[in-house]
Amino acid sequence: MNIRNLISYSLVILILGLVQILFLKNLALFGHAFGFLYLLGLLILPSTLRTIPLMLLAFVLGFILDVFFETIGMHAAAATLFAFLKPFWLKTASPTGGFDEAEEPSLPQIGLGRYVSYAFPLLFVYSLAFFTADQWGTGGVIGVLSKSFFSALFTLLLTILVQLLFFRRKRGIS
Amino acid sequence: MLRILQFLYRVRAFLLFAFLEFLAIWMIVSNNSPQGAAFFNSSNELVGNALKKQADVVQFFSLADANSALVDENAKLKQELLKFQVKPDSMPLAIDSTLEANFKLKGARVVAYSLRFSQNYLTLHKGSKDGIKPGMGVFNSQGIVGRVKSVSDNYSVAFSVLNTSLLISAKIKSSEVFGSVQWDGGNTSEVQLLYVPRHVKATKGDTVITSGFNAVFPEGILIGQISKVEVNKKDPNYLAITVKLSTDFSKLTYVYLVENTQYQEIDSLYRQSDLPNEY
Repeated sequence: MNIRNLISYSLVILILGLVQILFLKNLALFGHAFGFLYLLGLLILPSTLRTIPLMLLAFVLGFILDVFFETIGMHAAAATLFAFLKPFWLKTASPTGGFDEAEEPSLPQIGLGRYVSYAFPLLFVYSLAFFTADQWGTGGVIGVLSKSFFSALFTLLLTILVQLLFFRRKRGIS
Repeated sequence: MLRILQFLYRVRAFLLFAFLEFLAIWMIVSNNSPQGAAFFNSSNELVGNALKKQADVVQFFSLADANSALVDENAKLKQELLKFQVKPDSMPLAIDSTLEANFKLKGARVVAYSLRFSQNYLTLHKGSKDGIKPGMGVFNSQGIVGRVKSVSDNYSVAFSVLNTSLLISAKIKSSEVFGSVQWDGGNTSEVQLLYVPRHVKATKGDTVITSGFNAVFPEGILIGQISKVEVNKKDPNYLAITVKLSTDFSKLTYVYLVENTQYQEIDSLYRQSDLPNEY
């Protein structure tokens, strides 16, 4: 990862975080589907990034979000789990030869089918962890599951939309 | 020994994962206990400022609504005041100290709120500098809103009524039967009225107000209207009453904070006699 990439990744994460805090805070489709768009910033980080820095980054990001959303610890816990599972899942879901070392697992790079099968389970696990923490002892299992499923779906659509609109095919990030 | 170190080194990612998760869960637990100290939240100066900037922009568009609501309320209050104006020929009476007004009111602006989680909070742009204390009740012209949780110099964070850990002492206005209001985490425009015994006749459309028993809210602040009455399935001795909230939680701009000046006294009395004090 060179300095140029580092700057562009930081910029993407910063912008996504701002969008999440300013616009997606009280947005929930039908009171059910939440958009965790900031996860896109973690999803597209290249496979060369090790688990430990990834987890630390996810924890800090989740924690910043928590402070703004008054959900102390919930986003942080879910994002850490997300980051812990990401490298394993990326290895499992990648083609037999593995992704090219420098390749980033974003939609323009790996195609729609593979992107969905890579991103959706991770987003679902994230939402599941988040809503389990949020509704601990109050909501039923069905409520948590349906909220998680629809949030993961909604987030997936949001991430696809953002990548189609703003990511250039050639260089990765515009 | 070397083997153990090597093993620990190999599972370092997992160890860090376990540590971070433990940290996060510890934060969740310590933040959710209503009496627990909150270390990081939006009453923090930096975060509060950022949220206020956002509210400045967003609330600009609802200024007209907020103004007209304030004007309406002013008119109503003026009308009430006319009733109390002393006639010039009446004799001043020394009022008994038990009848003294023991509630102080303050106004504040809402800079942030959430309503999509099961533990929802509001951030208010007034803090300890303006005399806000943890435990004060929050309401607006439509009805009840919540209760202050923690305070910094210029900001404070309050539990919203839409927070499953907040209980509010309430009563049905027509029959004076009291119970507790709690949100079940589902619909954001409805709360549950608990502990109303089955023999009580509650009808759809009855008004539910605060009872004044808990020493946080004065008596008679509107909570909402009963929208559904059923027998409680878990405990058939009680009714399961659903109350439609009068407050529109998706549009909060200005709120009032109420402080009971005798709260300390009542609270210590409750502690002395080992009674749990509802919020």
